[in-house]
Amino acid sequence: MGSAHKNTLSLGLDIGSTTAKIIVVENDNILYSRYERHFSQVRTKALELIEDAKSFLSGRPFTSAISGSAGLGVAEAANLPFVQEVYATGQIVRQFEPDTNAVIELGGEDAKIIFFDGNSIDERMNGSCAGGTGAFIDQMAVLLNMTVDEMDKISLQHTRLYPIASRCGVFAKSDIQPLLNQGAAKADVAASIYQAVVNQTIAGLAQGRRIGGKVMFLGGPLHYCLGLRERFVETLCLSPENAIFPEYGLFAVALGAAMYSKSESPTDFESLCSSLRESANRESPSRDRLSPLFKNDEELEEFQRRHSAADVPSEDISEYSGGAYLGIDCGSTTTKLALISDDKKLLYTYYSPNQGDPVTLVKQQLIHIRKLCGNRINILGSAVTGYGEDLIRHAFHCDGGIVETIAHYRAARHFMPDVDFILDIGGQDIKCFRIKNGAIDSIMLNEACSSGCGSFIETFAKSMGCTIEEFAAFGLHSRAPVNLGSRCTVFMNSSVKQSQKEGASVEDISAGLSISVVKNAIYKVIRANSPKELGKHIVVQGGTFLNDAVLRAFEQELGINVVRPAIAGLMGAYGAALYSMYFKTSSLLTLSELESFTHTSKSATCHGCQNNCRLTVNIFSDGGRFISGNQCEKGLGSKEYQPLPNLHQWKRDRIEAMRSVPGRRGKLGLPMALGMYELYPLWHALFTSLGYEIVLSSLSTRRTYERGQFSIPSDTACYPAKIMHGHIEELIDNGVDAVFYPCLTYNVDEHSSANHYNCPVVAYYSELLHGNMDSLKKVKFLYPYLRVETPKALFRTMWKNIALFDSTITRQELRHAVEAGFDAYNLYIKELREAGEAALKFARENGKRIMILAGRPYHADPEIGHGIDKLATSLGFVVVSEDSICHLVPPERVNVLNQWTYHARLYRAARYATEHSDTQLVQLVSFGCGVDAITTDEVRSILESAGKFYTQIKIDEITNLGAVRIRLRSLIGALEEQ
Amino acid sequence: MKTETPTYVQFTQEMKKDYTILIPNMLPMHFKLIMSFMSTYGYHLELLEKSGPEIAETGLRYTHNDTCYPAILVIGQFMDALNSGKYDPNKVALIMFQTGGGCRASNYISLIRKALKNAGYPQVPVISFSLAGIEHHPGFKLTLAQITGMLNAVFYADLLMSLVNQCRTYENIPGSAQKLADKWTSKLGQKLGRGGRISVNRARRNCKDIISDFAALPMTSRAAVKVGIVGEIFVKYSPLGNNNLEQFLVGEGAQVVVPGLIDFCLYCVYNGIEDHNLYGGSALKSLGYRIAYKYLNHRREKISRLLQRSGRFEGYTPFDKIVNLTRGYISNGAKMGEGWLLTAEMLELYESGVRNIVCTQPFGCLPNHICGKGMMRPIKEHCPGANIVAIDYDSGATKVNQENRLKLMLANADI
Repeated sequence: MGSAHKNTLSLGLDIGSTTAKIIVVENDNILYSRYERHFSQVRTKALELIEDAKSFLSGRPFTSAISGSAGLGVAEAANLPFVQEVYATGQIVRQFEPDTNAVIELGGEDAKIIFFDGNSIDERMNGSCAGGTGAFIDQMAVLLNMTVDEMDKISLQHTRLYPIASRCGVFAKSDIQPLLNQGAAKADVAASIYQAVVNQTIAGLAQGRRIGGKVMFLGGPLHYCLGLRERFVETLCLSPENAIFPEYGLFAVALGAAMYSKSESPTDFESLCSSLRESANRESPSRDRLSPLFKNDEELEEFQRRHSAADVPSEDISEYSGGAYLGIDCGSTTTKLALISDDKKLLYTYYSPNQGDPVTLVKQQLIHIRKLCGNRINILGSAVTGYGEDLIRHAFHCDGGIVETIAHYRAARHFMPDVDFILDIGGQDIKCFRIKNGAIDSIMLNEACSSGCGSFIETFAKSMGCTIEEFAAFGLHSRAPVNLGSRCTVFMNSSVKQSQKEGASVEDISAGLSISVVKNAIYKVIRANSPKELGKHIVVQGGTFLNDAVLRAFEQELGINVVRPAIAGLMGAYGAALYSMYFKTSSLLTLSELESFTHTSKSATCHGCQNNCRLTVNIFSDGGRFISGNQCEKGLGSKEYQPLPNLHQWKRDRIEAMRSVPGRRGKLGLPMALGMYELYPLWHALFTSLGYEIVLSSLSTRRTYERGQFSIPSDTACYPAKIMHGHIEELIDNGVDAVFYPCLTYNVDEHSSANHYNCPVVAYYSELLHGNMDSLKKVKFLYPYLRVETPKALFRTMWKNIALFDSTITRQELRHAVEAGFDAYNLYIKELREAGEAALKFARENGKRIMILAGRPYHADPEIGHGIDKLATSLGFVVVSEDSICHLVPPERVNVLNQWTYHARLYRAARYATEHSDTQLVQLVSFGCGVDAITTDEVRSILESAGKFYTQIKIDEITNLGAVRIRLRSLIGALEEQ
Repeated sequence: MKTETPTYVQFTQEMKKDYTILIPNMLPMHFKLIMSFMSTYGYHLELLEKSGPEIAETGLRYTHNDTCYPAILVIGQFMDALNSGKYDPNKVALIMFQTGGGCRASNYISLIRKALKNAGYPQVPVISFSLAGIEHHPGFKLTLAQITGMLNAVFYADLLMSLVNQCRTYENIPGSAQKLADKWTSKLGQKLGRGGRISVNRARRNCKDIISDFAALPMTSRAAVKVGIVGEIFVKYSPLGNNNLEQFLVGEGAQVVVPGLIDFCLYCVYNGIEDHNLYGGSALKSLGYRIAYKYLNHRREKISRLLQRSGRFEGYTPFDKIVNLTRGYISNGAKMGEGWLLTAEMLELYESGVRNIVCTQPFGCLPNHICGKGMMRPIKEHCPGANIVAIDYDSGATKVNQENRLKLMLANADI
């Protein structure tokens, strides 16, 4: 490229989402390069970088080009040549390392992969859901209270890896925070974070194409983070000569831009600077902006005056003597403590980020409090709430634990006895409860995909170079807040990127973020149409509401004034303290015990069942132990483990009990996923009768998913579908001759809905498997379009496709087999229903609560359901499934088009719950399930029309049961308060 | 037994007199033509043309946020119109086009009704416009003549859309192709309406005139990259849904190729035939589908031939061929949403020399997991040089991310 022109000088500028890079090249030699964070000041920073390179550029003609996601706006505004960054990279690699097979480039928020195959290039970028990587690592480092360098160093010392959801930053975060709270070693967490990035790259980007051969790694994170490099090399099984980390890795895009510019007409230093200067000064068009939080200073003053009125009585701890009660709120990102007097006055409060080590933090605070108390103050009760409840309670021998939702209600009720709505936005959760007749009437928690709100603002403030307080104050003075949408924070990241491109100020971004957080809460979590729906007496709390910009945005969005207690961030701790007043004497560690307290953690694996839960065992200096990471009670070593009836377990046992016999027509593999969960008895009997030996893939584990992860083309499909790939791999490794998973547009017809469809994913996933799984080429893959409504329909459609299976099968044989299949299926359904009824009977005879854990048949899968069924039984519920009890009520009339067999059962199950006071329905929803966007609202309205609680649990790859536990315990707490 | 469909407000004969029927904006030219045709039967129709971020915002307020983006936009447009005060809520009805089937999109009507109820407009009738005839509205019964008239409108609009796309990248006077199309849209609207039914010869002459008018536009003969657009039907066509995708691509110097709406109609009809092939069932019904298929295909072919004969423009790939392109990729039994047609359109574009393809989808669109993203790998494997980019559209997705990916596709298009 360069050799044709003698002594040409060229400039490449790469402006990414967080950093800007400049490079000056003369005849393929790098003369100058620089790398800096731009803190959203993209145009100014571009100009600055070029001016700094003046000595190399001035007085000579040179060519220039801009690249990078934030560079597009700069190039357009200054009318400079632009080249797309992935394209630029591809060109560079072809020139410098022509034998490269694949390039992985991680940037601030983009991740890219390029495959080279002869002359063809296949370039991919992350989809809009797959979150950032560099920015994600930054966020995680903040979470660990480390710099990125420190995190990188420590990661190299890891001894184990935890599974961390790799779909996007928000998901990963909700896995990581509980790990930290449970005391997992930081080295292991750091390495696990890197592993999540690696998995995301493989699953989200490679999209079914294997990464192999010579692989080059580019971009900032891969340049700086040795731990990340290690994870990539190990996971992709690359030999040292095949893993290339070039010197110019950081500047590859800038270099590509410089090379690209050679085909453009040359410019000179002065004219380049002046066109950039002009664009930097130009006011960007203010499109997509919102009205300011305050019209004028008077409004701001009035606002501040009003909220300073919500005061809390307190008493000087050094003066007070008598009994006291302690509440600890060990939240996902912050730890809060409140010590109150006999008459509920505040004696001492504490609020701090838990810096990834809540145990040490609480220990220091308890020592401090014990010292302040001396002999004057006697702590009579102590209670813990929040994510770290169990850990802290065991470590320090606190007297009680209380689920955080109830703690918050207790606190709010204390400040406003007639409160009818509480909204709490914490570091990672949004919780809201509606209060009716003095009891919590409904609870809404944010789903994993919109969480991370509070901590997101904080991380963002840091990335902009200011504290959260400063950042919030900026927002109050914004004249035109940017509109960032109301989706999950990963989307906000790119919306911010776009507004930066348009030149939005920090003030406008701060206010915009606050408004987004509020909209998220109102429209996504509460799903309100008007303020009237919320109530008359609204209390807002949680650390995020300490941010005045958020508070104002909330009032503005709803058009009403609300109360924010001055201790908005301490309400959980205060509520726990109020709760602890039930106790008369406390077993809380004494000062001397606290001073000698130490804590270590180690990891272990539970072999109680095939889940193989990875446990974290915390050992305290007094010999106490606390185990976390378990999905059921079994791993805790309790000897008399007598589980309550659990229909999900029943289904798994029933399926596993079915045996296969050797057959003359070969081995037929059936993947145990999606629709197979229910129809297995049918296919098993049908094909056994035809003389096939049935090979069933085993129940899913995390490993099953990882096994097939590399061939998933659409990362946003639901987990139950994606896990299918692993089941197929397993079957093929087990040496089957053929794999069978039919296309079923229509399901069985239970005559309870307008039609009896399957959802598109269940119906046609085989088509996708056929197109994307190379290993299926090794065997016969049978996926005919069949119908299963009646034996006749199945016979007809099977017969049409009989040549696919074996042309020697006779009509008679098939007819007989179909009959056997339906007999087995009908028997299965009959037994399932009997088991459901027996479970109901057991519950009623023994005074147990009943939970309909409703979803789809495949939610019984241990990996997809994440053991929520077992958790529910451990909390005292008898668990039944929707399909085991829906026959007990007539078909339901609903307000939506009811045309899917599985979903019609949901509505009937909901109706059953409304008719029985001892029965609760909890709906399991897989992330990405489009149909459930429709069913959830309808199930909710059926339940709420009868005054029942609606509880929804969104499930994905996440293995963290902490949030689920809170939700289920909140449900129990709310039931008890009723 | 089957549960009855839930009660809904019917659009009655009386309402026909003075109600305004609002139409969401999916295909501006097509809908305008259909509107002016239907207005000759006494309907007062109005196309909602408002766009901008507040539409999605309004939609999010009234429906589940995880619902398909098109549903959010349509509901946003309706609610925005009703809240604007421009219409008397007691004298307005809404119409929504849908195909039914196993995709969740068949729930749009229910979602709109729910939103209306929540917003305090329970009295507003929602007419479901479907060739499958899901609901009964006494004031909105279509006669065969009306259906034929509307089909005529679709044929004309498809032709105009194809011609605008084939011209505007090359036009000497910016905007001249669209201007010509607009002229024809209003002219045809009157023509379609006046007679109700148009003779075959007349229709043919109109098509010929349209083609020769476009052929006469002053154009340069520069080479341009051709980019095909496929995907979920709403975001594929609606500028509101796809952030003005066509305009962006044309601005980048590309020629846009968008398959016509009649292809989707043919796909729906063909599914009736395929169902019979796969599952058996009523032979009479199947015969009906076959006749409809033959008729539509025949008319489409005739227009295509006129285009080819012009020497200036490219015609349509015969639908019979499109149907068979999916062989080895996906079965024609995959009929939910855009189903196999989506795969077929990508293959058809590639076959006709359009190697750069944008596959548009709302975030989390279920059928597209399989027929769109799920088929890209096999297509890339068998079609060397296929340059396909999948773009997600969503209320939270940003234009900058979308455009960056489009730019990547365009950069590779030069290779």
